[in-house]
Amino acid sequence: MNAITKTLVSMSFSLAIAIAVPALAQEPPGSGMPQPIPQTPATHDFTSHIGKVTGHADHGKQDYRRWCVGCHGPYGDGNGENAPWIDPKPRDFTAATFKCRSTPTGTLPTDDDLFNAITRGFNTSNMPQWRPLTPQTRADLIAYVKTFSPRWKSEKPGTPITITPETPVTIDSIARGKALFVKLECWKCHGPLGRSDGPSAATLTDSKDQPIKPYNFSTGGRLKCGEANADIYRDFMTGLDGTPMPSFADNVKPEEAWDLVHFLRTLQTTRPSKENEVLKAAGGKIPDVPPPAAPAQENNQAPQQEQKSPSSGK
Amino acid sequence: MRIDVIGRFQRLRSAIASYLAMGMLLGIFLAASSQSSFAIAAFARKYGLPCSACHDAWPKLNNFGQTFKDNGYQLMNDRDAPIWQNPSYWPVAFRITPNWDLENTGRVATDQAPNGQSVTTHGFNLSGLDILTAGTLNKDISFLLVPSADETGAFHFESAWVRFDNLFHSSWANLKVGKFELDNLISEKRGLTLSANGGSYQLYHFLPFGDSNPYQFGIGDNQMGIEFAGHSKNDYTRFSASLLSSNDGNVDVPYGSTYDGSFTFSTAFNAGSLGLQRIGAQAYIGQAPTYYLTSGGGDIPGTGKGNHGFSREAVFALLYFGKFDVTPLFGHGSESAYLANYVSTGGMPPVLPAGSRDPSWNNFMVESHYLFNPQFIMTYRYDAIYMTQQASTAYPDDAGNTTANTIAARYYPFMHSRAGFALHGEFSHLNQKHVFSTTTGTLQDVSYYSVFGGMDFIF
Repeated sequence: MNAITKTLVSMSFSLAIAIAVPALAQEPPGSGMPQPIPQTPATHDFTSHIGKVTGHADHGKQDYRRWCVGCHGPYGDGNGENAPWIDPKPRDFTAATFKCRSTPTGTLPTDDDLFNAITRGFNTSNMPQWRPLTPQTRADLIAYVKTFSPRWKSEKPGTPITITPETPVTIDSIARGKALFVKLECWKCHGPLGRSDGPSAATLTDSKDQPIKPYNFSTGGRLKCGEANADIYRDFMTGLDGTPMPSFADNVKPEEAWDLVHFLRTLQTTRPSKENEVLKAAGGKIPDVPPPAAPAQENNQAPQQEQKSPSSGK
Repeated sequence: MRIDVIGRFQRLRSAIASYLAMGMLLGIFLAASSQSSFAIAAFARKYGLPCSACHDAWPKLNNFGQTFKDNGYQLMNDRDAPIWQNPSYWPVAFRITPNWDLENTGRVATDQAPNGQSVTTHGFNLSGLDILTAGTLNKDISFLLVPSADETGAFHFESAWVRFDNLFHSSWANLKVGKFELDNLISEKRGLTLSANGGSYQLYHFLPFGDSNPYQFGIGDNQMGIEFAGHSKNDYTRFSASLLSSNDGNVDVPYGSTYDGSFTFSTAFNAGSLGLQRIGAQAYIGQAPTYYLTSGGGDIPGTGKGNHGFSREAVFALLYFGKFDVTPLFGHGSESAYLANYVSTGGMPPVLPAGSRDPSWNNFMVESHYLFNPQFIMTYRYDAIYMTQQASTAYPDDAGNTTANTIAARYYPFMHSRAGFALHGEFSHLNQKHVFSTTTGTLQDVSYYSVFGGMDFIF
């Protein structure tokens, strides 16, 4: 090599040093802007348990920086670099308030609830389905998310509610559900035909004073907290914390909740369902005066869910 | 003697000090340059996810990114159709790499040295430019268009396809039409190496010794045709089957009017804390012409006749061990003797020279990465191709055998959802056995090496 080549190779060597030194000392990426290091609790104190998989916050920290920090932010407060451009806004983990739970309103969700939320994603939001991540990675992320709120230190998750067996889908059940829809004033937000156009719809805000829209049943789109009838039932009984959707656990009997589920399915006009078949067979008209409902059977066995924990296989 | 040693030591110490000083200055510069950029990478901008969500280190996909790609560039959260986007959003990204590049060829015949001499060139340079525009035309209709220029600015269409996703509401049925990369899960297009020798996978472009057929097929080249593909919801199991024009991705059917087939299958499984492991197999079966109709003695493009076959088969794995991953690939290739012993025949069917045989070869590649953190990754790759049967009994047994070693480092000073920037350093060394020298008419072993340093950016 001549002198010029030697010089240039030397410069390349110097460049390699310049790259390697800051790179090896690099914290995992945050927002891309210089930021203070978040002061979170010792991550080794936090774990999650999904079936046979144990998640560790220590590992989840790296994963969080890779996949979540852009929206949820380095502090978990929902103020990531993309938050200004996102509607609805990313979840604020510091409040430990979660929409989709199997536990009563106001209580912390179970690890399985969070696992299912990460897996399922949230329709009509920027939160994708993280199904391609391994169960271990998702469990690690759940453990790390817990580090953002002191509630996880001082409280235990709530006890999952009991979901009674589903009552038969009949036109009478649909009619009773419609009457309940009117009585509970669901229409004020969701609209008389479930089109998200009720008189209160435009005024709704979430717990962070951000505008929020009620679910539009007429689109037939995926529901936020799961697709099965049991998931809709659970939504009534637990409420979607942090949103105007309350819990009706104290106002609605189990058999009434199933009637309401059956009616709501008929509002999903573009989506094939047993309820829509029943309605079609009845001539497409819901009776105005429904007969009284039969009492529900007591049963503490929750039906099988669509979401499965890793221990239950693929 | 003692004075000389001290002098040497002082010069060495001075040199090291100057290197370190330069390194520190550059380090300060890099740290200072780690600022947010207003430039935007198309998908990251659309979905607000950092580059690291879909890429181990861009452009290398992780499983989430592969799933996104397999879903037709959709996250499947009902916000994929462009109707949901801010009207100002434009799904375009540009990628180019200003660089300093040194290339050495071990034996080049020159007027000054007819038997060959080592030739080194170096200087500041530009890579080609990729204009990547991709996304969805509607829910479940996706597209990719990549007008691509070489370093001189000469454009061609690297990719141009439309894909109908989730046919019959099933992730197992997706149909792509146009020009696209074959379903190579060890993707050369998404490689983390850029230099002249290290920037391509030798085995994806290998042709046997003596093959001078104008049809030069490469499994790493984008091809034109249709692809039917499917995958499980989590993308762990996936397949693809393609029907392709036998023209190596070139437009206007320059060779013939026959068709090739490409097939890939892979499945992945969880290995606990190690991560996701994938194994798979792929095959390409094709045909190429051996003579053409002529006009005035010249071949008429697209009139290839006398088709003979070739094939490439491989098994591969993508194995993750925490921050370390290894991607081995074992392959086999073979061609018809007619293709490998091509002799221009002026429009007549060729006659094989004495001693002609169907050539075959085995190849092996292993690429490994160590991801220190999402912003710093190192790559090492070893390529090896060994002939198992030459196209002619007259050829040396090892003619055309190739080995290559490549090592590269990429550092991403920032990582967010607006733009991508990587500092890239690379060294690659390639050896080929018995390269034919047109000057001397002899066979010579030749080695090549590349030194490359660049700034790879996409916005």
